[in-house]
Amino acid sequence: MKKFLSAILFAPLLAFGAGVELHLDRAPDKANDMAALQNGAKIFVNYCLNCHSASYMRYNRLKDIGLNDVQIKDNLLFTAEKVGEPMKIAMQRADAKVWFGAAPPDLTVIARARASEFGSGADWLYTYLRGFYRDDKRPTGWNNVVFENVGMPHVLWELQGEQVMGADHKLMLTKPGKLKPQEFDAAVGDLVGFLKYMGEPMAEFRKQLGVIVLIFLAVVFVFAYALKREYWKDVH
Amino acid sequence: MSKVNAILQGTLNWVDERFPLTSNWKAHLSEYYAPKNFNFWYFFGSLAMLVLVIQIVTGIFLTMHFKPDASLNASGVPVAFASVEYIMRDVPWGWLIRYMHSTGASAFFIVVYMHMFRGMLYGSYRKPRELIWIFGMVIFLCLMAEAFFGYLLPWGQMSFWGAQVIVNLFSAIPLIGPDLSIWLRGDYVVGDATLNRFFAFHVIAVPLVLLGLVAAHILALHEVGSNNPDGVEIKKKKDANGIPLDGIPFHPYYSVKDIVGVVVFLMVFSVIVFFMPEFGGYFLEYNNFFPADPLVTPPHIAPVWYFTPYYSILRAVTYPLFGIDAKFWGVVAMGASTLIIALLPWLDRSPVKSIRYRGPLYKGFLAAFIVSFFILGYLGMLGPTPMRTLVAQICSVIYFAFFLLMPIYSSLDKCQPEPDRVTSK
Repeated sequence: MKKFLSAILFAPLLAFGAGVELHLDRAPDKANDMAALQNGAKIFVNYCLNCHSASYMRYNRLKDIGLNDVQIKDNLLFTAEKVGEPMKIAMQRADAKVWFGAAPPDLTVIARARASEFGSGADWLYTYLRGFYRDDKRPTGWNNVVFENVGMPHVLWELQGEQVMGADHKLMLTKPGKLKPQEFDAAVGDLVGFLKYMGEPMAEFRKQLGVIVLIFLAVVFVFAYALKREYWKDVH
Repeated sequence: MSKVNAILQGTLNWVDERFPLTSNWKAHLSEYYAPKNFNFWYFFGSLAMLVLVIQIVTGIFLTMHFKPDASLNASGVPVAFASVEYIMRDVPWGWLIRYMHSTGASAFFIVVYMHMFRGMLYGSYRKPRELIWIFGMVIFLCLMAEAFFGYLLPWGQMSFWGAQVIVNLFSAIPLIGPDLSIWLRGDYVVGDATLNRFFAFHVIAVPLVLLGLVAAHILALHEVGSNNPDGVEIKKKKDANGIPLDGIPFHPYYSVKDIVGVVVFLMVFSVIVFFMPEFGGYFLEYNNFFPADPLVTPPHIAPVWYFTPYYSILRAVTYPLFGIDAKFWGVVAMGASTLIIALLPWLDRSPVKSIRYRGPLYKGFLAAFIVSFFILGYLGMLGPTPMRTLVAQICSVIYFAFFLLMPIYSSLDKCQPEPDRVTSK
């Protein structure tokens, strides 16, 4: 019995510790930074939305991040005719599968799907997009620190430059890109901020509404409790 | 005014001559006498009803937009998965309805587990309430079926692979197993046929059974009357009018008290719906934001938290017996772990009902049972390792020992005498 009990008490401790740790950098919070989200949208449309769709996201939803229909139409609308259409792409999935080995996934909810016990989906994406390094063994010439043998090449290489994996498993920039490392991190931060927004566009409104609902319920509670007290005062 | 009253009274009389309205109102609410000493644990019965209503109402609105279709749309996304995101984005207030439904599923299990634990604390399953307990256990099984069918519908990776794993369990049954699992799926793998039939089960078949059982559960309760934290029968002491001395009418006393409980519950519920709808990956699993892909098996398939204790018991069985695969005996153990709870009224031989008057033996076994239940639940979320399997095996033994040894330890236990009347804390 004693053995059982001690086994029970220490079980959670013993059960920990197995499995691979994944170290993720923390993505900056851009949820209320409209300029950053707009910049993220621009990078997304220019670099991602050729191979990846965001087929549950409509262009005119970008009003959420402070853009109007004309701005969307003039600056972001490359893959559709009307602002009410979803962010689809022209590439056929069957072709994509042949070219990349796997069809690039739809990115609308990628920031939610990539969350894990190691960090938020935004953290994963922030680490992933900054974690490409040269690897001649891969057909694309690129590999990644958090997504081993990934099918996607380093699309942002012009901006970041080229990294190699050192013997100490740390990445080193060997060829600089158009952006300085800090500028590149900021740009990826904006892009990831946008992906996070796109994963749940109503997230900020949801939290604002939640505050109102809780205040309302707190008021109802006061009355409900007073009513109960009044009825129950003659129960002994 | 008196004219209005006369019209209302006339209308009521007209109805009462044709339908037992007033008599039912009295029998179930205004003259249903409940013990006056209900505590915190007694909120969860009415809260379970509330969650049932939330699930039905939000579910009706979800069916208006959800499409049980596993085929791929032009963007290569399964239609069912895309329709859920359509609800989240394009349907006005669809996100709220959907989060209420997904949070409601977990809330249902929390509330029902608390409700069942209350029954165990105060011996609410004991004579004459055995049938209430049996109906309740069938409700619990239906609830698990309802949750299992519903979880496939968003057609994410966890939906798909969870259903695949569970349906495959049936293939472990000797002789009929493989054919049975194909019959359940409607296909050789989980596919469109499975999605459509699970939708039918989830939105009509199981809810119909559930509603009937809930009615039976409450009718049986109101026939024998509620138990209470002291576990004594209030019907034994009545006044000259035949009203229990320790009873108070359910309405208005418990209706106003339950409103307080409802408001507190809704506050907790709202915190989750509005601020943490995924609840750290426990209420909405992260991997389920990837659409179902039959060609990509996730590295770790974990059931949703409310199934994990039983899933742990299933995995804890690693020995083949009588030449039959260990998997089959795992399924048997898992089934037994849920069904054995229904036998409590006959396993418990204690002279008292409530934990307040029970001895140290029962309290010790109950504590060990609850701890094992939580550990099994925790381990069920993790991948198996030899150490974890051993811990799960020990906890499974404790789980079953709580029930199977109960006739012995509950009768040996040194109990205190029950009071004649209910006590106020």
